[in-house]
Amino acid sequence: VQHEIHALHKNAPRVEALAARARRIRAASLRMVHAARLGHPGGDLSAADILAVLFGHVLRIDRANPTDPSRDRFILSKGHASAALYAALKEAGFLSAADLATFMQPLSQLNGHPDRNKVPGVEANTGPLGHGLPIAVGAALAGRMDGATWRTFVLTGDGELQEGSNWEAIMAAAHFGLEHLTVIVDRNGLQQGDATERTVALEPLAAKWRAFGWSVVEVDGHDIGELLATLTGVPLETGRPTCVIARTVKGRGVSFIENRADWHHRVPSDAELAAALRELGEEAS
Amino acid sequence: VTTTAPADCRIAFADALVALAEADPRIVAVANDSIGSSNLKAFKARFPDRLVNVGIAEQNLVGVSAGLASAGRIPFTCGASCFLTGRALEQIKADIAYSRHNVKLCGMSSGLAYGELGPTHHSIEDLAWTRAVAGMTVIVPADPAETAGAVRAAAAMDGPVFLRISRMPVPPVHSPGDAFVIGRARRLRSGDDVTIVAAGVMVARALDAADRLAADGISAAVLNLSTIRPIDREAIAEAARRGPIVTVEEHTVHGGLGSAVAEVVVTAHPVRMRLLGVPGVFAPTGSAEFLFEHFGLTPEGIRLAARALVHGEG
Repeated sequence: VQHEIHALHKNAPRVEALAARARRIRAASLRMVHAARLGHPGGDLSAADILAVLFGHVLRIDRANPTDPSRDRFILSKGHASAALYAALKEAGFLSAADLATFMQPLSQLNGHPDRNKVPGVEANTGPLGHGLPIAVGAALAGRMDGATWRTFVLTGDGELQEGSNWEAIMAAAHFGLEHLTVIVDRNGLQQGDATERTVALEPLAAKWRAFGWSVVEVDGHDIGELLATLTGVPLETGRPTCVIARTVKGRGVSFIENRADWHHRVPSDAELAAALRELGEEAS
Repeated sequence: VTTTAPADCRIAFADALVALAEADPRIVAVANDSIGSSNLKAFKARFPDRLVNVGIAEQNLVGVSAGLASAGRIPFTCGASCFLTGRALEQIKADIAYSRHNVKLCGMSSGLAYGELGPTHHSIEDLAWTRAVAGMTVIVPADPAETAGAVRAAAAMDGPVFLRISRMPVPPVHSPGDAFVIGRARRLRSGDDVTIVAAGVMVARALDAADRLAADGISAAVLNLSTIRPIDREAIAEAARRGPIVTVEEHTVHGGLGSAVAEVVVTAHPVRMRLLGVPGVFAPTGSAEFLFEHFGLTPEGIRLAARALVHGEG
């Protein structure tokens, strides 16, 4: 326990820096959606802490060499959270503030859903749900054929797990023993129209992944320290892929957006944007 | 070795793929529990670590192939064409074509080849589906030599390809040394009265039809349109300038080879056409050969259509 407290204490500046990065990702996402009059702010905000930790500390990627064959791969399977991804890429130096200002504008590189051929740091053209995980399984298989040590990370939504293609990939990843593959489930409990459990229930979700042969851990998806410790500690077991079920709140960080299904793709008004940025302490950013 | 005996193009496919894989370590095979029907046993024996069997899961089959390509592999992704294209069409569109991944989709046992198994197993929509997707190259080889050439050409180009491979034995229709080039139709027979445009297993039947038409005093050209996309506009326009056109395909007439040819003809040089194929129905029960007879996809059926067209009855 003493050791853990010491480690946590030593980590405190890093946790604070990543928390600040997550706030900036939230603020930038809301600004982008507000300016474009389109987007998915609820899912952007629920994923912000996960993206901040991945791009701020976990992923071994190089903005000067975004296609380095030995890089880690990150695939945003919930491609509708593109604003948060672009904001995270801006924080990591792959995009500029001026780039973010073009979000969904005519001929922008920043489509409503990400395009790997237009945006450095984007690994997959996601948007239709249930595509990211199969692609990640293929990438991880290629890495294993090469005996490489780079990792593949995927962020899925939770409602997205209703797509059967995910379970084809989940079965295959366990069968192939892809230990360098980690899936993070943004378990915010809401899908476009309603709660997942009132739509088509996913629970017991951890037991499902375990039954399919994965190592599973459940974390608070807004606890930067816990995310950091978990995502730097994968694989949890040798020979198995890892599933991190990140319990999150859709719309996290803005009181009037939190936990409301209608904010899946609602656009903030001028006053709502200002209020949201005040809550985030990011009015001036 | 040249032979005139009909042969299954899957043999030439597998031989060409193994030879390519010997020379290029990036080449891998991906299958949906179709190692036997895709004729991948020799590949598996030679390269056990380069064959990925994802099980009966076509969406994952195509997604995994995109991921393999994203890390520098060249996947030849094999499955019965009806399932590969139908079940995984969104993955083909988003993960392969829109993503511009270097994946070769190999639709095996295409067309009506599964005969008695019924319309669930017929793949007579695959050309319409794949050629509608931006960035796809769509190839339908007509004989074993062209199959081998198409496999090599697909591997040599950087980009997504759909290769439609039949399981029905076909005789050789090309002379040795007549090299396959993506996007180039090959005129196998010259003629002035009518042109028969065909692909895949229909090419040998088109040549037979041309012989029968010669006995009728009709001079029929035969064009092997093995690349459906990108289409050889010049070869089709040239044929149209000489006369009417009959298209023959082992596919629905809605959206396949005939439609592709018609798109060129109406914009380049409008002439009368007849489109032979499956006329927008699900096939009745019967062997593949029975179904070819049923839909007039025979040398005699082609002859009658061409003759009617030449005589202005089309």
